[in-house]
Amino acid sequence: MTGRRPFWLFTALAFGYAFLYLPIVTLIVYSFNDSRLVTVWGGFSTRWYGELLQNEQILAALWLSVRIAAVNATLAVVLGTLAALTLVRFARFRTRMLFAGMVAAPLVMPEVILGLSALLMFVTLEQLVGWPAGRGMTTITIAHITFTTAFVAVVVQSRLSQLDGSLEEAAMDLGARPWKVFLVIILPIISPALIAGWLLGFTLSMDDLVIASFVSGPGATTLPMVIYSSVRMGVSPQVNALATIIVVVVSTGVVIAGWLLHRQGRRGQSRAR
Amino acid sequence: MSAAREPVLAPGRASLRRRIDHGVKSLAQGRLGRALVIALPYAWLLLFLLLPILIVLKISFSEMALASPPYTPMLQWAEQRTLSLSLHLGNYAFLWEDPLYVAAYLNSLKVAAVSTVLCLLIGYPMAYAIARAPSGWRIVLLMLVILPFWTSFLIRVYAWIGLLQGNGLINHLLLSLGLIDQPLVLLHSNFAVYLGIVYSYLPFMILPLYATLVRMDLTLLEAAADLGSPPWKSFLTVTLPLSLPGVVAGSLLVFIPAVGEFVIPDLLGGPDSLMIGKVLWTEFFSNRDWPVASAVAVAMLLIILVPLLLFQRVEEREATEPTR
Repeated sequence: MTGRRPFWLFTALAFGYAFLYLPIVTLIVYSFNDSRLVTVWGGFSTRWYGELLQNEQILAALWLSVRIAAVNATLAVVLGTLAALTLVRFARFRTRMLFAGMVAAPLVMPEVILGLSALLMFVTLEQLVGWPAGRGMTTITIAHITFTTAFVAVVVQSRLSQLDGSLEEAAMDLGARPWKVFLVIILPIISPALIAGWLLGFTLSMDDLVIASFVSGPGATTLPMVIYSSVRMGVSPQVNALATIIVVVVSTGVVIAGWLLHRQGRRGQSRAR
Repeated sequence: MSAAREPVLAPGRASLRRRIDHGVKSLAQGRLGRALVIALPYAWLLLFLLLPILIVLKISFSEMALASPPYTPMLQWAEQRTLSLSLHLGNYAFLWEDPLYVAAYLNSLKVAAVSTVLCLLIGYPMAYAIARAPSGWRIVLLMLVILPFWTSFLIRVYAWIGLLQGNGLINHLLLSLGLIDQPLVLLHSNFAVYLGIVYSYLPFMILPLYATLVRMDLTLLEAAADLGSPPWKSFLTVTLPLSLPGVVAGSLLVFIPAVGEFVIPDLLGGPDSLMIGKVLWTEFFSNRDWPVASAVAVAMLLIILVPLLLFQRVEEREATEPTR
């Protein structure tokens, strides 16, 4: 079975990857189209990129989204790591089921429910205690942290559960305090997971339209919200240009991250040998 | 805090103080630290995840009002206890009686189920091929599956608009090949919704499938072949049952978000591709009917609760199983 590689497996792969990538490739190709129409090739041009850089609405939305995503990713890594530690290390405490359920819930809850419930909670809180006054960047960030924490927790949890417990035990036997064991031993080992979790949190936040639309207020328009409203008007070459930039930036990041992790993994293996 | 700093203390009290000091210290290092680790995410999730859902539940039982916020306050019910009961289920009765909502629910379930099967049909061969590829290739092939997931979801849906629209690339291609005389209606149809969901969620199907397939012990297949089993039979009796956890996990990861999907039916679907996520959105943003939107959300939660519990069971079994 392993010796020969049936032709149909290759076909399945080729078909699958074509399906995944052809839409993205056409998107990129047509971002360089001088014509506004999709069907007409008006020659190579970078005019849409020029117009994109002049579009202050998009640039302001991009800056807002980046700030929200960065704050969100950082806090989600903290909360997600604590949640993962709780689930992996503190096997038994009361209401553990509730906690585990809450950590996992955002993974499987439709975004419309997360968005609606977060908004209704903000409105209720504002009525009761006067905070948060109005909605905007803060409320979007809080709602994003709540759902991205779940993803970070999953990533960190899988790394933590692979961890060799004897290292910690040895450190404890030698008199290290629990927080020192965490800082000196656990943290360096799980750092790839923390980086992956941060990137995941950043991406999820940058990408979210539904939750942000619910909990946003006047003056806080994120990048997906701008893209969404311009896409509803029809195909716009500026969005193609923006998409191309996003795809290039993300692919570069993923390839570099993948290469680094791969190299680190190989180094880890050779050290183990 | 040591006894030395407070020489006035009697020796007995000093030792007591020392003992308390010691207790506080050990508490800070062990139990208190542990409590803090648990408390921070716990409090956050209680406040920003569980409480909001309870509020949704509460508001789904209240009535729409021309006020800010646009629903009747809870205190009012307590005074009119008899009236409150009839108001209570009003939103749910409305959902149940209006054929539009029932149709939207059924259509969401249908779309999600069909998309899940399509994802499985496309994803399984891919996951299988990746899992059986030379090990050096696997990471590259897997990364190529994950990469689209990292790029913007909205933009991937948008890419299909350009391809599917009346004067889009696919119609253009078919027309110039002479296969059709006039443009097909591809965009704003159920077909486009299926396409969009399968396209967006395919990676979620492939990853868990790959994880189970790559872990499989290949000597089992050799044994089956030695005993005279043809490849298709080995597949059905050995590979498929062993990959079942991956099939279940992948199906749920596609099915659950697909049920509540808003962006894809909104941008790619037509007037007849009504889905419950879009209904909730419209109730909230266009009709500004928060109680009905909340009732829709609660009903949606009930629908996904079944696969949700199933998912948790699969997850827990995966967690308790020793890896490899």
